[in-house]
Amino acid sequence: MLHYVLSRLLRAAVSIVMVVTFVFVVLRMSGDPATVIMGADAPPEAIDAFRKAWGLDQPVWIQYFAFFEAVFSGELGRSMRDGRDVVAVVLERVPSTLSLTVPAFLINIAVGIPAGVHAALHRNSLIDRCVMVMAVTGFAVPSFILAMLLVLIFSVNLGWLPSAGQDSWLNAILPIATMGFGGAALLARFTRSAMLEVLGQSYIRTASAKGLPWPAVVWRHALQNAAIPTITIIGFMLGGLVAGAVVVESVFSWPGVGRLLVVSVANRDLAVVQAIVLMIAMTMVAANMVVDVLYGLVDPRMQGQARGARR
Amino acid sequence: MTGGTADLLDACDLARSYMIRRGLLGRSTAVRAVDGVSLKLARGETLGLVGESGCGKSTTARLVLGIEPPDEGVVRFDGAAMPRSGTSAWATLRRRMQMVYQDPLQALDKRLTIGTQIAEPLDIHRIGTPAEREQRVAAVMAEVGLQPHHAGRHPQSLSGGQRQRAVIARALVTNPDLLVCDEPISALDVSIQALVLNLLMDLQERSGMGMLFVSHDLRAVRQISHRVAVMYLGRIVEEGEPDAVLHEPAHPYTQALVSAIPHPGKTASRVILQGDPPNPANRPTGCAFHPRCPVATATCRTETPDLKPRASDGRRVACHVAHGEASSARAPASLETC
Amino acid sequence: MVDTTSSSATTGGSLMARFLSRFGSTNRMPILIVIAILWLVLMLAIALSADLISPYRFTQMDLRNRLSLPVFMGGSWAHVLGTDELGRDVLSRLITSIRMSLLIAFGATIIGAVIGVTLGFVAAHFRGLIEQAVLALVDFSAAIPFLVLALAVLAFFGNSLVLFVCLLGFHAWERYARIARGLAISGKMHGYAAAVHQLGASPWRLYGRHILPNIASTLIVSMTLAFPEIILLESGLSFLGLGIQPPDTSLGNMVGFGREYLSSAPWIMLAPAFVITVTALCVSLLGDWLRDRLDPTLS
Repeated sequence: MLHYVLSRLLRAAVSIVMVVTFVFVVLRMSGDPATVIMGADAPPEAIDAFRKAWGLDQPVWIQYFAFFEAVFSGELGRSMRDGRDVVAVVLERVPSTLSLTVPAFLINIAVGIPAGVHAALHRNSLIDRCVMVMAVTGFAVPSFILAMLLVLIFSVNLGWLPSAGQDSWLNAILPIATMGFGGAALLARFTRSAMLEVLGQSYIRTASAKGLPWPAVVWRHALQNAAIPTITIIGFMLGGLVAGAVVVESVFSWPGVGRLLVVSVANRDLAVVQAIVLMIAMTMVAANMVVDVLYGLVDPRMQGQARGARR
Repeated sequence: MTGGTADLLDACDLARSYMIRRGLLGRSTAVRAVDGVSLKLARGETLGLVGESGCGKSTTARLVLGIEPPDEGVVRFDGAAMPRSGTSAWATLRRRMQMVYQDPLQALDKRLTIGTQIAEPLDIHRIGTPAEREQRVAAVMAEVGLQPHHAGRHPQSLSGGQRQRAVIARALVTNPDLLVCDEPISALDVSIQALVLNLLMDLQERSGMGMLFVSHDLRAVRQISHRVAVMYLGRIVEEGEPDAVLHEPAHPYTQALVSAIPHPGKTASRVILQGDPPNPANRPTGCAFHPRCPVATATCRTETPDLKPRASDGRRVACHVAHGEASSARAPASLETC
Repeated sequence: MVDTTSSSATTGGSLMARFLSRFGSTNRMPILIVIAILWLVLMLAIALSADLISPYRFTQMDLRNRLSLPVFMGGSWAHVLGTDELGRDVLSRLITSIRMSLLIAFGATIIGAVIGVTLGFVAAHFRGLIEQAVLALVDFSAAIPFLVLALAVLAFFGNSLVLFVCLLGFHAWERYARIARGLAISGKMHGYAAAVHQLGASPWRLYGRHILPNIASTLIVSMTLAFPEIILLESGLSFLGLGIQPPDTSLGNMVGFGREYLSSAPWIMLAPAFVITVTALCVSLLGDWLRDRLDPTLS
């Protein structure tokens, strides 16, 4: 088990090195990092100081290591817009984003998994069909269209809920609903197919044939085995949730990290973009690692396999 | 048979290990699949290589063809050292050394017609004009007993025997000097086996190529080979004329193999092997066969016997007891089973 | 190292024949799939004949007829789907947008498949360090939301149509890479690929003539499954104003600009939103169906 956790940690470290390398390469390829990060209008002495601080007069590989040092000490530059430290600029938006993504994630799980299990246990019932239709719609209707349809119905036509801003908790309902629906549909679909696969296995038939009550079969055998693929999907869903936040925050003018990213890309406020990409990437790597370790705990068979366990 | 000029194939002290990962921590151990095998093959000669599955015969075949590099030892083909696999010199040599596989359906590309695949070695090595290639393909198909209309068929629409004939045709289309057959008949129906075996013998006789025939089927090996080598756990334990080796085996392992051939009306004198079947990952010390050997002595447990001619008749055998170097309570039985 | 996609190399066979026999017998094809195919054929026809069938040029403004209603809401037949805030014909813009979005999705899907298959084959051929490097890249792109990476690249390099298509091409490359590597390795280990190698074939011949055709069915199914994702990604980025830039127009771009007129002129946004959703739905239905039919090894 220790070896398994260590190998996951190593993989996470490699991923983080690659993320930082990616940002470094993109930054180098897009022009002079000093003007890119500080902005072309920055005073020359500030640019000189920046060059010195980042060692831009040094060979590339020294710059590369200097970049790592800067990233891990949190020196990611200043925002072009107001000159503040980008880490602070991004961090102050995080609670806003979490106030959407955490409830949405809970809805995903609280709705998606029971719906999927129920649909699988009552195959071809009305509920099963509803779940399948919802699941397919959830994939095909992109979040920005769903968001706008919800605005059209609940804000424009019915006038029940506000369509933009962050004035009261009512503002959060539509964004959370948008993100909650898409993820729940996806999760329901995967839970359903994982359950159906497990229910078709011979050990389920054996368990019910030897007289175990059906609820006990479902609880003891089916659910616990279906949990394995489902945890995998939840790991992937985190990525979808982040991408969803970018779009949904933009639609609802919600002042979170996602909107900050889109606005910064549009304004080419590159120091902010760089900080957000690094932070999201590291969060994702950490989350994936946690999922991997959870996976190993649930399914001891996976521990021997160094790679490919989640595919 | 072995005499004459320079050998077509001369493999010397080949060894090949594989790393096998086992257990949770992925600690890997080396498994010596082939451990010091030497063999020679002259033009026009067929060498049979027999042994149980897992004894390293297929690995030996792959080493001999240079598909894999040996960890130790050298393979010389027609006097020249085998180039590294994947180099252009190695690729060029392919037209002179070809292979026939155990499962013809696996060895053929299911998306191409038989005719295209038989012509492929000619395409690869740029031999002849398109018209000449077509003629050559037709000729070689006739030679192996395929009908002209089979050329347009896909492998899965042919029978097992026809597929193996196609694989043989593909191997022979460049007129190779060496043909390596790795269990060429064991995946075929029994009724087809004899036909394919006869075909291989005919072709070999007509073309005068050298042939390495790898099989676990003693009777097939005896029928087709001019010389036979018996392998056990990565080593050759006995080698000689097939009739002599299989009629009067010198090595206790060969005796056991021979006695396992079922004979109608003959029930006596079967040597039943004792102990576990061989595990190449956990090779016994000394003579690898000693845990299962009915005549093993103390020497057998500690010293590895060399393959060398026996004093009495010159038979090459790797056994302390057979050479009389170790006295045993029971002398190796000279079984008259065939 | 575990190859989860291994056995389908042997299922190739006379795939085309099976494919055709399945297509030939429409009575075995679910009605939904027939509808999906018809819709996609319609979209393709629109994209190919966009210049011929659009009633107006997509940039042509009719300032006296701004925000006019579509026919089904009581508007005139002059503008079947109404006009936008500048009096541009929504139907004409929709037709041009369909062409743009399909073009981008096709281009990006093919780029992704080429990159992925090439890297997968390279990993399978060289093994060792190169393979580990490719696998690390695969891990990397599987771990981070592609939208975020795409936004970063767009921020640093600015936007152009070519860059945008190439960028979207990197979506899902890692899936093709994994499939190509897994199938190539299992093919090389035993069977026809090993036999062809022993015949002295060059790597080009081995991978191009033998392995690629044998894994084509799996790749085509993967491409069908990735295609709607690229449509959605493109429209999402264009919706955010970071994809296709005016005067060019795409489906997501139309929805994005229609957002400001959501309360007064919802039809500007509804028509492209409908096309995006239905097209994505149809391609993914078709992909699921193809997967079940042709390649049960993919999940």
